[in-house]
Amino acid sequence: MKIVVPVKRVLDYNVKPRVKADGSGVDLANVKMSMNPFDEIAVEEAVRLKEQGTASEVVVVSVGPAKASETLRSALAMGADRAIHVVSEDEVEPLAVAKILKGVVVDETPDLVILGKQAIDDDSNQVGQMLAALLGRPQGTFASKVEMDGASVLVTREVDGGLETVRLALPAIVTTDLRLNEPRYASLPNIMKAKSKPLAAKAPADYGVDITPRLKVLQVKEPAQRSAGIKIADVDALIGKLKELGVA
Amino acid sequence: MTVLVWAEHNGVALKDATLNAVTAAAQLGAVHVLVAGFGVDSVAAQAAQIAGVEKVLVADDAAYAHGLAENIAPLVVAVMADHDAFVATATTTGKNIAPRVAALLDVAQLSEILSVEGPKTFTRPIYAGNAIATVESSDAKLVITARGTAFAKAEATGGSAVIETVSGAGESGLSSFIGAELAKSERPELTSAKIIVSGGRALKDADTFAATILPLADKLGAAVGASRAAVDAGYVSNDYQVGQTGKIVAPEVYVAVGISGAIQHLAGMKDSKTIIAINKDEDAPIFQVADFGLVADLYTAVPELTGKL
Repeated sequence: MKIVVPVKRVLDYNVKPRVKADGSGVDLANVKMSMNPFDEIAVEEAVRLKEQGTASEVVVVSVGPAKASETLRSALAMGADRAIHVVSEDEVEPLAVAKILKGVVVDETPDLVILGKQAIDDDSNQVGQMLAALLGRPQGTFASKVEMDGASVLVTREVDGGLETVRLALPAIVTTDLRLNEPRYASLPNIMKAKSKPLAAKAPADYGVDITPRLKVLQVKEPAQRSAGIKIADVDALIGKLKELGVA
Repeated sequence: MTVLVWAEHNGVALKDATLNAVTAAAQLGAVHVLVAGFGVDSVAAQAAQIAGVEKVLVADDAAYAHGLAENIAPLVVAVMADHDAFVATATTTGKNIAPRVAALLDVAQLSEILSVEGPKTFTRPIYAGNAIATVESSDAKLVITARGTAFAKAEATGGSAVIETVSGAGESGLSSFIGAELAKSERPELTSAKIIVSGGRALKDADTFAATILPLADKLGAAVGASRAAVDAGYVSNDYQVGQTGKIVAPEVYVAVGISGAIQHLAGMKDSKTIIAINKDEDAPIFQVADFGLVADLYTAVPELTGKL
């Protein structure tokens, strides 16, 4: 069984985003970039399935700028077997990413595609569902548990009311939620080994995909800031405030 | 413009999230509501009562009983032939279905919009709400998820929409519903509660969380939330999580107990009207957004508070 895992290079989740003064976007110059945390969970899940003997090969894909190759090397260091880098210095919207990934899936014919449920930069939460739609395949979004079961996969999903389990016919698309697993740290020997693993460079045009944006960003601004309030002395003062608010 | 709104329901009753979507949709044009499910006459009747809704379209089929996106998306696409925009509230159901619809329509989706600025222009949060983007769509049709807390609820009664039946392709054969473990609680629902008491990692374990947070929540008639750290540590289940990737809430009063205030948590609650924080670390980031901060050990302060209320 083959698994394809798409990954994205994003602003590191510990870095506070700064909006550019000209309102054109968020400043990504000279800041720490990392693999999208949900994608790390996706890579981990795929590698575990390989270690259990369920999967035979894990292929990681990234659509993004030249430096996204570093993100792919991180995924290879975690245990993926090879990488495909679809190079685009321009921003690629989720729909176009899904179309490129469809091309990759048609070439690679995996049984499972595991993606992060959303990237923490644009917070779109779209690509997995879109890929499933374009392929006409089932989707198990926001997964907290993935169990292979013959020609199908059982996916437990984190939904607003609790948990829900669905059975999906393979090939299927799964998107990860936070509690699916805890991604490993790559060991130094594995980081060294990852440098010699195969990484193929492609272009969106190789998959016949037009990446012209459909959405025009008119402005990016800081949200309204909340200012810090006051410190209150003790529980009695707090009760006073709750009474003023009409809730106690 | 005619807008199709996704009706969020549990098979028996309409959920409030539908009312937020109706408000967002009404800012774009005439509102039609799609009720997809199995045996959903009562839900359709409720939807027809929502103020401002012109028409309710009902797709009643066993294939639509559990909201499986594989079955629902083709139905929505078929109904979208006569509509210009699709709006769902950004619940886990809306987020599951809308992108599948968008891709089938070859449309770029606008996720979690906060406001309608023009017929094709919207604001939406990016980077966990640390930046707000104004975006304009160039697509002929729109597919939108709306953040519930950003749009007031439409009036649940006062309307008298006509109810029509629609049908789609039904069962796709791609997926099936196995079961659900839904939390049962007497407390208010997180996303619509007026008061929320949330606990963080400082609560130590599930028993301590229950013994400390729940009595206070009950005294205040509040819903219970939690930080990601508390959920990851197993104090409470995932449906309690407030944050960037959990639930987005904006109650009248949000009481954060033992929550440090990571940006991912703040992203889920900073639109609350009043924020109260109880934390023994006076440098905790939560105090930078709190209206009222109490620097105290929660194990003495919370029981004292609960006792005196």
